[in-house]
Amino acid sequence: MQHLSILPILIPLIVGAALLLPPLSKNIQRQRVAALFGLFSLMISAFYLLYQVQMEGVHLYALGDWQPPFGIVLVADPVSVLLVALTSFLAFAVMLYAVNGQDRGGAYFHPLFMFQVMGINGAFLTGDIFNLFVFFEVLLIASYALLVHGGGKQRTQATLHYVILNLVGSSLFLFGLGIIYGTLGTLNMADLAVKVSSLHAENATLAKTGALLLLVVFGLKAAMLPLHFWLPKTYASASAPVAALFAIMTKVGIYSIFRVYTVIFGDHAGELANIATPWLWPLALLTIVVGTIGILASPGLKTLIGNLVVLSSGTLLACAAINSEAATSAALYYLVHSTLASAGLFLLADMIARQRGQAEDRFVHSRPLMQPRLLAILFSVGALAMIGMPPLSGFIGKIMILQSTQSVAESLWLWPLVLLGSLAALITFSRGGTTLFWRHNGNVSTEGEAAKPLEITAVILLFLASPVMVIFGGDMTIYTQHAAHYLHDFQSSAYDLLPGIMQ
Amino acid sequence: MEGMYAFCVGLLTACGVFLTLRGRSFSVVVGLTLLSYAVNLFLFASGRLKLDAAAVLGQSKSIGDPLPQALVLTAIVIGFAMTAFAVILAMRARADLGNDHVDGQIPQPRHGINQKTGGAK
Repeated sequence: MQHLSILPILIPLIVGAALLLPPLSKNIQRQRVAALFGLFSLMISAFYLLYQVQMEGVHLYALGDWQPPFGIVLVADPVSVLLVALTSFLAFAVMLYAVNGQDRGGAYFHPLFMFQVMGINGAFLTGDIFNLFVFFEVLLIASYALLVHGGGKQRTQATLHYVILNLVGSSLFLFGLGIIYGTLGTLNMADLAVKVSSLHAENATLAKTGALLLLVVFGLKAAMLPLHFWLPKTYASASAPVAALFAIMTKVGIYSIFRVYTVIFGDHAGELANIATPWLWPLALLTIVVGTIGILASPGLKTLIGNLVVLSSGTLLACAAINSEAATSAALYYLVHSTLASAGLFLLADMIARQRGQAEDRFVHSRPLMQPRLLAILFSVGALAMIGMPPLSGFIGKIMILQSTQSVAESLWLWPLVLLGSLAALITFSRGGTTLFWRHNGNVSTEGEAAKPLEITAVILLFLASPVMVIFGGDMTIYTQHAAHYLHDFQSSAYDLLPGIMQ
Repeated sequence: MEGMYAFCVGLLTACGVFLTLRGRSFSVVVGLTLLSYAVNLFLFASGRLKLDAAAVLGQSKSIGDPLPQALVLTAIVIGFAMTAFAVILAMRARADLGNDHVDGQIPQPRHGINQKTGGAK
């Protein structure tokens, strides 16, 4: 199908708009059915696109048939379709959870959810760096409104910080893009990659400034130190489905870092080759350290998961800094795993919090849960996956990352930090789990709200990905290696995307 | 002209950054607006400053770069929407939290030290 690669953007856009119009807008049941149907068809089309790209190679979709580098292109390549498929699966599972009543907290939950998914998919698929900015804004403005969903003081305060930070980030993004366009004269990513090697020496410093400004923006999205302070609080105060969907948001930043600093400012960039590496490596390691400290200091389950997201961001950034095919492949595997595991844990934390009354998700003495066995089993599966214990996918992801270090110095820095981070997660999960499930005052209360079957299904769906990624680990790693090879191979990731330009 | 233009962009950015760092949400929103003005001017200049250059072919002897103009237009629309949202959110925060400080509470000066609190009393 010729138009397959634009469907992941069009489906949520059309469904989101339809949800705002009369036959659907008045009735929440219809909205739920339509949203689930839209996300299900999105998931089908995304996985079909994944299959097509694997069979036939990269899809280049020139919007309005304006040929690159002049028009805007969508590039469905092995890396972007993997992330689009991940987003669609995550969005479907999260919506399955949200339709049980969480979507009643405020107006326009379903359309905003759709627009956010559209922005995320667009950011993954686009091959134009200004278009990347536009999709960033689409996903951000939807996320601003989703973040206040449900209301409350905590949320308003966290959202105010989040909005102001990201508005400043958007300004910096535009400054960076202006500098890059002014010096290189193009905005198509593949064309930028080709042109940057023949940059005049007098413009090199200016272009470098622009490129590093972009690193600040992507670092803000990816929660890279020192731009991570907003994350634990924002994620902990968001309502459960929103926090679970946000699990993919830091990955948008990580993906942009991989794309921009591997393809455009990678090994072939002449004077600007690998400009981000000297910054990324120490910052990534420090992010891991801060994430670890945050994990040990977490007072509640949601904050703990927020800090785990920071930790996994740091680990992924370290992979970006290592800058090799093996590291990129490991990062892609770990990225899929950590997104699904943390999203599942956010949903689970909400179910636990609803049954504990005033104590919510904090690690304090409280009344017992209503469904202790079911929730405890889910909790232990999620925790094992997130910590990185065998036999689940976190273990394989972390092994791949540890194996991908290239020199003794890199191993000496990365190994202890990643392993200590896992130890901290193990300690906090055992401490927290013991308190949540075993240390209670024994008075079963009927005030709490039992988890509904569909909610359990959504969480199981997300956690099930972890054993599936282990069982099909061989196929999955072959795929991620192929995707990493594509990203690092200059011919395929730059020249092949510019049909009109001779090498 | 270039020097003047650069000075204006720099001044707007400096004022924007200063105001964004203040403690009250009103000055922060004004700061964000100034920053977005600075960005728009900056993007416009990325196609180089030229006089008597139309972006349409055949209308004038020298040709202006049309792309930065399209970028500025996009940036203006997005910036405007975002500012509107920030204003509404700041009002909501004022109503929910009872004050207009970005942290939701006005920091109390420590005993004996006369602290400056970013415009808050």
